[in-house]
Amino acid sequence: MDTKTDKKQPRYINPYFGGILLGLLLLATFFIAGRGLSASGAVKLLVVTVVDKVAPAHAEGNAYYSKFIPADGSSPLYNWLIFGAIGTFFGGMLSGAIFGRIKKLRVEHSPKISSTTRLIAAAAGGILFGIGSQFGRGCSSGAALSGTASLSFGGLIVMALMFGIGYVFAWFFRKLWI
Amino acid sequence: MGPLIPQEIITGQWDFVIALLIGGAFGFILESSGFSSSRNIAGVFYGYNFVVLRVFFTAMIVAMVGLLYFSYFGWIDLDLVFVLPTYLNSMLFGGFLMGLGFVIGGFCPGTSYTAVAIGKIDGIVFATGFLIGVFIFAEGFPFYEGFYTANDLGSITIGEMFGVSNELVAFLFVMMAIVAFYVTWLIEKRVRKNMTEYKFE
Repeated sequence: MDTKTDKKQPRYINPYFGGILLGLLLLATFFIAGRGLSASGAVKLLVVTVVDKVAPAHAEGNAYYSKFIPADGSSPLYNWLIFGAIGTFFGGMLSGAIFGRIKKLRVEHSPKISSTTRLIAAAAGGILFGIGSQFGRGCSSGAALSGTASLSFGGLIVMALMFGIGYVFAWFFRKLWI
Repeated sequence: MGPLIPQEIITGQWDFVIALLIGGAFGFILESSGFSSSRNIAGVFYGYNFVVLRVFFTAMIVAMVGLLYFSYFGWIDLDLVFVLPTYLNSMLFGGFLMGLGFVIGGFCPGTSYTAVAIGKIDGIVFATGFLIGVFIFAEGFPFYEGFYTANDLGSITIGEMFGVSNELVAFLFVMMAIVAFYVTWLIEKRVRKNMTEYKFE
């Protein structure tokens, strides 16, 4: 790997500036909506919608799906969380376009592992995150960040575990990253 | 005055427009901070890039202190702000799984959306895995419904839990963040000196 990569480094905003922007956005969200930011809720509603379409009786009979199926017969997708996630996607795309990071489809991985290894790890991590976010009542956005910022004890637990367990297991998975 | 929507100061028809705009700003900040790259994110666990810690903790203390000041000025009624309820057992387990998923997958859901948006296949695979994980959870729900709701502490705040004021909690968080920013800056400098494989993508 050449050492002159500095010039090729993409332009990221200063992390503390990014953090202040994110904090102000979160504060504004609390002020407007009375609740924080969310990312995982949209996927949950998407899963509920698909299962309800494919197997309505099964969805009604499951205590988890049925919690999120509106009683008035409207679609679970007609929801604040879905619009938020669509916004997140396009906001990311706008930033990528402005800073020149939208490129053809590619896999980003450490040079020490293959694309396949990276994709298997990404799938496994995604599945674990999917299950964990439902037990945790939210993911990094809804539980760890918004939860802790609104001083929820549960939010603090999720945040502490998420980072703490990451450090505990970092050594076992170091080959994936360094 | 606030929060606006729960008090119907802003009516329902604007909800989705506001959600789109807030979501858009969220995605923009995540991507422009470098969270569309799993290698940037995972750096927090190996000491070569603490961008996650910097952005996350800065955002958290800004919003936390901001909420308390808004309440102090009478701009927001904190009783109407959602405090995530605490289900101790379930959340400990959920946090455990997410920590594991984080260090293996290198994304969390929100950051994976922005990775998808700029064309990362690993982001697409993570997000798809996330969806499958939610499905697995829901299908198995009858087996652990009791565990899911066990040890329900309600909407308890950190201050109530430890018997101190939430103002003190916020102050301690700010102090911890400042120390963490300094210590991780020292660690990062040292780790990067010995690292040649990593470059930003």
